[in-house]
Amino acid sequence: MTTITRIPTAKKRPNITAHVFLVALIIYFLLPLWWLFVASTKDPQGLFTGTGGALWFDKNFNLLANIQELITYKGGIYFRWLGNSALYSLLGGVGATILAVLAGYGFAKFPFRGRDFSFAVLLGSVMVPLTALVIPTFMLMSQLHLTNTIWAVILPSLLSPFGVYLMRVYAADAVPDELLDAARVDGSGELRTFLTVALPLMRPAVVTVLLLSVVGTWNNYFLPLAVLSDQNLYPVTVGLGGWQALAASNNGGGTSLYTLIVVGSLISIIPLVIAFLSLQKYWQGGLSLGALK
Amino acid sequence: MTNPAAVLRAPSRRRNLRRPWIGWLFIAPFGVIFLVFLVAPLVYAFYLSLFSKGLATGTTFSGAGNYVKAFTDPEFLSGIWFVIRFAVILIPIQMAVSLAAALVLDALTTRLSRFARLAIFVPYAIPAVVGTLMWGFLYSPTFGPLTDLFKVVNQSAPEILSSGNIFGGLLNIVVWQWAGYYMIIIYAALRGIDPSIYEAARIDGAGPRQIAFRIKVPMISSAMALILVFALIGTLQFFTEPQVLRPISNGSITSSFTPNIYAFDLAFRFSQFNYASTISFSLGIVVFIAVYIFLFASRKRRGGLS
Repeated sequence: MTTITRIPTAKKRPNITAHVFLVALIIYFLLPLWWLFVASTKDPQGLFTGTGGALWFDKNFNLLANIQELITYKGGIYFRWLGNSALYSLLGGVGATILAVLAGYGFAKFPFRGRDFSFAVLLGSVMVPLTALVIPTFMLMSQLHLTNTIWAVILPSLLSPFGVYLMRVYAADAVPDELLDAARVDGSGELRTFLTVALPLMRPAVVTVLLLSVVGTWNNYFLPLAVLSDQNLYPVTVGLGGWQALAASNNGGGTSLYTLIVVGSLISIIPLVIAFLSLQKYWQGGLSLGALK
Repeated sequence: MTNPAAVLRAPSRRRNLRRPWIGWLFIAPFGVIFLVFLVAPLVYAFYLSLFSKGLATGTTFSGAGNYVKAFTDPEFLSGIWFVIRFAVILIPIQMAVSLAAALVLDALTTRLSRFARLAIFVPYAIPAVVGTLMWGFLYSPTFGPLTDLFKVVNQSAPEILSSGNIFGGLLNIVVWQWAGYYMIIIYAALRGIDPSIYEAARIDGAGPRQIAFRIKVPMISSAMALILVFALIGTLQFFTEPQVLRPISNGSITSSFTPNIYAFDLAFRFSQFNYASTISFSLGIVVFIAVYIFLFASRKRRGGLS
């Protein structure tokens, strides 16, 4: 009898603390974004000595003027950076995903000689910190005269050992051998079997790896910082980081640069935030794939 | 071996064994990238690390000389020491935040909890550079709210970017950036647990807290191990956040703050490419060994489960 009454009360009390906890988390995680939005509506003077404090709007609403300035500043170089980021992350992300799907399927479904050894090497390579490769990669590419080209950013982004690992784990479970055999008995070639039978079954993992690698390339900073010196090739991360250093080093002339940094940061996060919000269905399940094994 | 019935039952096996190169064909494109952008840079870094370049002497073979120099170089060692300390303090905090958030979100299905899940995850979609810039502004006495906040209690705001506080300042940025990603991994693992287990536990008299810590947490240990490995690898190669804060840190972030920053400065500021390669290669080895030891230890503890 007592258990029946105890369960509802035990359930109710943590609910309030749980919700308070959630509200605190929401405030903490959204605070910088709120600040960023508010700050991008301020003019340079408002940014320094605003009437409403740091977390509220100034009396002047300057968002459109700030965007206008961003468009014209140095011939719109900011939007060039944004375009570069999109180019690098799409080519790098799509390429890395294609390579990972093929390799994961190959590892999962073909018992060839040397498979276990190569997969062990792959697993070991997941543990190699990729940034430790940046400076050697830079020097290798400067030997080949590839530095300061878009390929210096895109080609190394194709490397995603973790993506291959995810694909292999997923394909092993999601693609039944019987189905592949049936297709082969019907006379379907290996490539066609892969494209028409296996690939549709691997779709959730494909979307996940695609998102992970697009985000990885979009957010990358170290590699493009090392291999690019032409400002016109910068992705938005390197460009904004450069403005920040410039603004900090010359205080007087940096004033208006700060508003550009703020509004540029705001615009730069919109594409990926929208991508994640609209693709929720796919990544929420997919991101846990690596934990299956 | 040549039993015809077995052949009929497993046609694909037979075909694939006869054409073993098909598997390799699927792996080949990735294999090329793997060799060119992972194996080759490692080999090249190792090769370069065996030489030294002097102004007067030119390039000379120095064997293990650069490694002796690196592992007795106080700047490199202080960087290593920093990232180890940072990992040891960061990882438990981050695990606690993401685990607590995931457990609460798993127990609730209200509109607020759905919104919270997205809000916590959003920072993952934001580049580390932008996240660091935002926090840098928030920390700043000029742009951030701290000066106003502390004025209320008649105190002067702390200088978060000073050398005494920068550790905490960076800690906060990394937790903010990554806790949501880890939370989603844990959350998805929690969703994968069969709810009838909770029912059975409840009938046995377990409360929600007991269910959380005695059933849910042990059942998601492989997700937790995955996160730990990610966090460990990520922290030891710490670069972007301190590098972005560097111009506004008034010198509290030095050129040997982390091993990666040190390698970057050696290469691009001082053109010491041979020594920079040594630092990069040493960092790679140190991380590899650290992660390997961790995986080995955790596998042993979980009784041979992989």
